[in-house]
Amino acid sequence: MADKKRNWGVVAQFANPADLLHAAQKAREAGYKKFEVYSPFPVHGMDDAMGLPGSKVPWISLMGGLTGMTIGLTLQWWTGAVDYPLVIGGKPLFAWEFGLPVTFELSVLLASFGTVFGMFALNKLPKPYHPLDKVPMFKGVTDDKFFMSIEVADPMFDLHKSQAFLEEIGGTNVTVVEE
Amino acid sequence: MVAWLIWEGTGIWGLNNPVGWGWAIVNFVFWVGIGHAGTLISAILFLFRQKWRTAINRFAEAMTIFAVICALVFPGIHVGRIWAAYWMLPLPNQMGMWPNFRSPLLWDVFAVSTYFTVSLLFWYVGLVPDLATLRDRAKGKIRYYAYGMLSLGWRGANRHWQNYERAYLLLAGLATPLVLSVHTIVSFDFAVSVIPGWHTTIFPPYFVAGAIFSGFAMVMTLAVPSRKIFGLEDFITVRHIENMNKIILVTGTMVGYAYAMEFFIAWYSGSQYESFAFVNRAFGPYAWAYWIMVSCNVITPQFFWFKKMRTNLTVAFILSIFVNIGMWFERFVITMSLHRDFLPSSWDYYRPTMFDISTFVGSFGLFFTLFLLFLKFLPAVAISEVKGVMPQADPHWEGYGHHGEHGEEAAHG
Repeated sequence: MADKKRNWGVVAQFANPADLLHAAQKAREAGYKKFEVYSPFPVHGMDDAMGLPGSKVPWISLMGGLTGMTIGLTLQWWTGAVDYPLVIGGKPLFAWEFGLPVTFELSVLLASFGTVFGMFALNKLPKPYHPLDKVPMFKGVTDDKFFMSIEVADPMFDLHKSQAFLEEIGGTNVTVVEE
Repeated sequence: MVAWLIWEGTGIWGLNNPVGWGWAIVNFVFWVGIGHAGTLISAILFLFRQKWRTAINRFAEAMTIFAVICALVFPGIHVGRIWAAYWMLPLPNQMGMWPNFRSPLLWDVFAVSTYFTVSLLFWYVGLVPDLATLRDRAKGKIRYYAYGMLSLGWRGANRHWQNYERAYLLLAGLATPLVLSVHTIVSFDFAVSVIPGWHTTIFPPYFVAGAIFSGFAMVMTLAVPSRKIFGLEDFITVRHIENMNKIILVTGTMVGYAYAMEFFIAWYSGSQYESFAFVNRAFGPYAWAYWIMVSCNVITPQFFWFKKMRTNLTVAFILSIFVNIGMWFERFVITMSLHRDFLPSSWDYYRPTMFDISTFVGSFGLFFTLFLLFLKFLPAVAISEVKGVMPQADPHWEGYGHHGEHGEEAAHG
C-alpha cells in the first residue's frame, strides 16, 4: 500500500444537459482528451460535442453474425451429410433450403452475443470499483445530476488550472478525486 | 403433476391415436405467441421511434421472457424421457448421433431458445442503467451489493452511453426479424406436415399476426390492473392503452381474414380432405371450440373501432381476457384437426385429463409468480429511457435557451 494517495482527476457538477453539452464542447476546444461526462440518460449530440469517433459495436456484431452463419451451415452439412449420413423421409442429406432456419437463428444469436458482450467489453464493464464512487455527490448521476471529469492522465492536466477551467465553463462543486 | 408425468410418461395425458398432439403443443404455442408482443413493443416500435413505447416496454419484455419460460416447460416435459432432453441439442455423444436438421421440430428448438436468449439479453441491457439507479438508491447492504453486481458498475459515462445506444439499436434490429421468424418456425411444426388443415402456406403470417394479437391482449390484461395497483397512471396513460387496442384491432382483423381465407382455399383447392377438415372444424364434434374461437378473436376486437371502447379501461380489460381465451382456443382448434384423419375407422375424440388441465393451470401460476417477483424487485418502467424522452432531456429544450451560444443557436434556428 502506498502511503501517499495519488490523484485520479477532478470532477464538477453541471446543472442540466444543455450546460453539460456546452461544457463538453469547451473542454474539447481547450484541447482536453481524457475528459468524460456522466449523465442519467444519453444526451443528444454529446458524441459530436466530445468529438468521439463512431462506436465499434456494429463490427463486433457483424463478426458474431458471420460466425453464427458459418457455424450453422457447417454444423448441418457436416453432421447430416458427412459424419452420420442417414436418409430420412427421402430428403437430401444437406440442402441450404432446409438449413436456413437454423442458420438464421444461429446468426442472430451470435450477432446478439457479439453486440451485448462486445458493448460491455468496449465499456470495460463490469467494473465494481471506480475512483468517482468515493465522491458522495456522484451518486446522483443515476438520478438527475450531470457531471464532467478530467483525468490526471490527460496531457493538458494541471491540478489548479483544470479546477479553474471546470469552474469557468459552468461547473459547480469542483472536487479533486483520489485514486 | 409434472413429477408424476416424468415418472409415468405422457400416457397420463388425454392423447390417443389420431390425436398424438394435445394440450402440450396448444399451451406451448399459446405461451410463445404471448411473448411476441413484448419483443414487438421493445424492438419494432423502438426502430419506428415510437416514443410512447418507453412506458410499457420494460414490463412487456418481462412478460415475454416469463411467457417463453412457460412455453419451454411444455416441450421440455412432453418428451417423455426428460433425462434425454439434451438430445435435442447437437452435442457430440458416444452414440455418434446428431439431431435431424431436416425436421421443423428441431428448427423450433433453435428458434425458441434463440428467442429466449436474445429477449433476455435485450431486457438485461435495458435494465443495466436502471439497476445502477437502484444501486445508488439502495437502503440495505444486501440490496446495494445485489444491484451493484447486476448493474456491472454502470456510471453513466458518455463513452459508455455511446456504445450502449448503438448496441441497443443493433439488438432491436436483430430482435425484429426474430419476432417474425419465431412464430413462423413454430407454424412450420404444423405446416411442413401433410395433415389437412395444417399443410398450408398461410400458416406463417397467420401465426405471427395471431401471436402479436394474443401478446398485446396479455399486455393489456397485465397493464390495466398493475397501473392501478402501483399508481403508474402517469406513465402508462390512456393513450398507451388506446394505442395497444388499435394494434389489437388490426391484428385481430388480420386473424379473422386468415380464418376466412383458410376456408376459401380449402374449397378452392378442390382437395376433399382439405375441405372436410374445415367443414369438420366448424360443424364437427369440436364446433363448440371453433365458435368460441371465432367469437372471441374476430368479433371481440371489432369493438375497438370506437374510441369510447378503446379508451375505456374496463372494456379493454374484459375484451383482452376474451382475446386470451380465443387465442388459446385457436391453437386448440388447429391441433384438433388431428381427430378425424384420413381413415374414418381411426377417428377419435380427445378429452384432456386432470393432468393436462392442472399442468396448464400450473403454467399460469409460474407466469404470475415470476411477474409479481419482477414487479417487486425490478423497475417496471424503464427509468433512464423515460428520462431520455422528457422534453427537459433535450439540450436544445427552449427552457435552456439562455444557456450559452449552443442553446441560442438552436432557439434561433
